[in-house]
Amino acid sequence: METAMSAREAAQAPPVPRIMMENLHFFYGETEALKNITLALPQCQATGMIGPSGCGKSTLLRVLNRMYDLYPGQRATGRVMMDGENIISPEIDVNRLRSRIGMVFQKPTPFPMSVYENIAFGVRLHERLGRAAMDERVEWSLVRAALWDEVKDRLRGPATSLSGGQQQRLCIARSIAVRPEVILLDEPTSALDPISTLKIEELIDELKTDFTIAIVTHNMQQAARCTDQVAFFYLGELIEVGPTAQVFTAPRQRRTQEYITGRFG
Amino acid sequence: MNEPAGHIVKSYEQELKRLADLMAEMGGLVESQMALAAQAVVQQDGAAAARAIEIDPRVDALEREVEQFVIRLLALRQPVANDLRKIVAALKITSDLERIGDYSANVAKRSMILAQFKMPYSLTGIAHMARMVQENLKAVIDAVSETDAAKAIAVWRSDQAVDDIYNTIFRELITYMIEDPRNITPCTHLLFIAKNLERIGDHATNIAEKVHYTATGETLPETRPKGDNSPYAAIHTP
Repeated sequence: METAMSAREAAQAPPVPRIMMENLHFFYGETEALKNITLALPQCQATGMIGPSGCGKSTLLRVLNRMYDLYPGQRATGRVMMDGENIISPEIDVNRLRSRIGMVFQKPTPFPMSVYENIAFGVRLHERLGRAAMDERVEWSLVRAALWDEVKDRLRGPATSLSGGQQQRLCIARSIAVRPEVILLDEPTSALDPISTLKIEELIDELKTDFTIAIVTHNMQQAARCTDQVAFFYLGELIEVGPTAQVFTAPRQRRTQEYITGRFG
Repeated sequence: MNEPAGHIVKSYEQELKRLADLMAEMGGLVESQMALAAQAVVQQDGAAAARAIEIDPRVDALEREVEQFVIRLLALRQPVANDLRKIVAALKITSDLERIGDYSANVAKRSMILAQFKMPYSLTGIAHMARMVQENLKAVIDAVSETDAAKAIAVWRSDQAVDDIYNTIFRELITYMIEDPRNITPCTHLLFIAKNLERIGDHATNIAEKVHYTATGETLPETRPKGDNSPYAAIHTP
């Protein structure tokens, strides 16, 4: 009885945060797009980010892999801690950071090259691998992205001839090929048909065993289906974060409830 | 959390309204069914008994209608949060209401048999119990339509008094039966009537629990405060 209790307690213990955002603010020039966000991305879990357009959820992903560095006038304050380092500090090597935190976008973005090269290209930026090791890495990535069986006979064919769902899985394979620790997905299935969408969702479940995942989605049911915790953003603020089952059955904040039930005024 | 704004999809809002209307209709029917059954026993009113029994098929039909409607809502609307709680609670509440309807019909049937006997026993206690159960039932049906957690908790707590009076009636009826075996048949029917009323009270507290969950998202503790357990006592004749 006692061991059963302690096992249950262990299951309920808060998971270790892989990324910890503390008092994070983000500015597009004068506009404050993220206001004092404190949020943990737990290790090997999927965190869903939901909220109406312009609420800051995509901005948050952009902060996490320092995409905003490319644009003048955009800046972040506060702390985003990963392994004891503040990843938004200027001293951080952004290229190395991006190999640790991969990103997949709304529309599949295959490079105009072969399936094989789409994956090998990114790997070469970070690692020198021999031919056999590279073959192995490409296969590993495609297997993990549940695409291997569909493309193993056309690795040298152009990636652009794949279907939309296959292209998106290729992009996921490309991002996991550099063995990141965190994968950011920005509406990864909004351009896909329902079956391809379910394949990506199944993939997210699979990937959670090794990677920490953050997914921005406008699809409530998707957030409900494939995340462990959900964060609701509104006008740059984090309104509520909690276990997915709790947020979708008994949200604590009225604005969350109005949004997820479709009563947002 | 109350709902200030309606749903963006008007047809969904209308379906939720229809579900509430079906629940209200069923609640009203069961409430009057129980009132008729109580009247049948207490005032030995055969016509009231017949009407209580007649209502039963309509209650059953409403239960099936709510069930089908809820399945449809779950499949087509994928409700979440308070909508989900309300819809799932409706499904469970209607099965409690249907049981209450069955118990009421049973009370009414027994009242017809009782009419053939000379009553050895004052009905004041049963009348009092029926009134308490009726009040709880009415309160909980109101709580359903208003999604009122405070009202639900009040019902949940007050069922204790119903259990207590049931135990008293149980003991009294046993005494009557021991005194004169000719009392056994009418007193057994009275005992079942009291038991049915007590069960109606329990179903009312079940409904109260669902209302509380719908309103707050939190479940009430599994155990309510319980009184003495004399109904389970072995009684030995001297």
